[in-house]
Amino acid sequence: MCRVVDVRQAVLARNDGLAAGLRRELDGRGITAVNLLSSPGSGKTALLELLLARAAGRGVPAAALTADLATENDARRLARSGAPVKQVLTGGLCHLEAAQMRGHLEGWPPEGTRVLFVENVGNLVCPAAYDLGEALRVVLMSVTEGEDKPVKYPTAFGLANLVVLSKTDIGGAAGFDGDAFAESVERVNPGVEVLHTSARTGQGVDALLDRVLAVCEGSRPHRPPLAGRHLREHRHEHGHEHPRDHPRDHEHPHAHPGGPGALPGAGLPAR
Amino acid sequence: MHELSIAAAVVESAQDTARRHGASSVEAVRLRVGELSGVVADALRFSFEVVTEGTELAGAELVIEDVPARARCAACALEFAPGVPLRLWCPECGEGATELVAGRELEIVDVTLPLAGASCDGGSAPQGERQGGIV
Ligand SMILES: Nc1nc2c(ncn2[C@@H]2O[C@H](COP(=O)(O)OP(=O)(O)OP(=O)(O)O)[C@@H](O)[C@H]2O)c(=O)[nH]1
Ligand SMILES: [Mg+2]
Repeated sequence: MCRVVDVRQAVLARNDGLAAGLRRELDGRGITAVNLLSSPGSGKTALLELLLARAAGRGVPAAALTADLATENDARRLARSGAPVKQVLTGGLCHLEAAQMRGHLEGWPPEGTRVLFVENVGNLVCPAAYDLGEALRVVLMSVTEGEDKPVKYPTAFGLANLVVLSKTDIGGAAGFDGDAFAESVERVNPGVEVLHTSARTGQGVDALLDRVLAVCEGSRPHRPPLAGRHLREHRHEHGHEHPRDHPRDHEHPHAHPGGPGALPGAGLPAR
Repeated sequence: MHELSIAAAVVESAQDTARRHGASSVEAVRLRVGELSGVVADALRFSFEVVTEGTELAGAELVIEDVPARARCAACALEFAPGVPLRLWCPECGEGATELVAGRELEIVDVTLPLAGASCDGGSAPQGERQGGIV
């Protein structure tokens, strides 16, 4: 004896909606947000320290928001660059969400900021599902993590606009196989650019900053096949519930809610 | 383990639906979970139990429909299963210009409410509109 109410809504619709709003707002403020994703310790903060310094050197006002489960260590490291920096403590949450971002973007970063780097919580699984309103998503991995990381974490690497291989200064010692890595990236994200960086030698830092500034100037980043046009662009449009209540007892007196055929006519429209 | 956050979002949405339909409990929530959504069904079930405790969703069933991944080749229009481990290259013409058409879904399909609620007579349901093209 029950009725079924169609909802047809993305579980993360709220986050997606907030992120879309943030993207518009940041755009209006002339700020390009860059979401940096990697497993813990891949060198996000080390790379950001250099990026902030080089941006300052080129006269590009940049700021950074860094998220961690605990400690303000990363913010302290980044603040040495002189750029505006904020630490987000996620309070145990394994990823950043758009709502947290928004809370930190009221009146910050200062007017005139061109680039906002967002260092996500070190994690290759959870942050991948959360749009933060970024214009560019950069996914990093270091030479010691294994060439097949991209295939093991297809959602993270598959949704990257740009992939960075970090700590290349120790690639030799790690016996890193560049071809195997390139193949692994191409499997999950055909056509994505891969930059090689080292925070020790400074390799690739300027190239990475160039890519970021190109997006600031309006160039469209690589669109990952995994993002799927439909999947992305239609996600926010299903916030409305439509009523389809009907008593079902006469049809399926003891129907298990999830049983086969429990929902006649609820099939998805063909594509 | 972001399944806890996902479960919380599911519960929030289902509560909202129940309230709008005057129901004080929920029988079941049905989700579509894509193969590439990054969500582990078992972890989600466990999280759902934890999050629903003490709410009007306590004891509600979580029904998970798996959605297999499908990709389409931009060059030859072939639709194919990109597989596990993932490979988004067209198996037919070798093109890398492909696009995922299914497999990242993470959506609430419907919520099952008990018939005893206030709004179960025909025509008393709240306003809403049908939307096409669900993914
Ligand atoms: N050899 C070498 N070591 C690096 C490089 N980049 C970072 N490291 C070292 O790797 C360790 C982790 O670097 P972080 O920059 O803290 O990494 P992270 O990704 O910010 O770490 P979380 O924020 O904890 O996820 C530190 O000991 C760094 O000194 C690099 O390019 N080369
Ligand atoms: Mg860090």
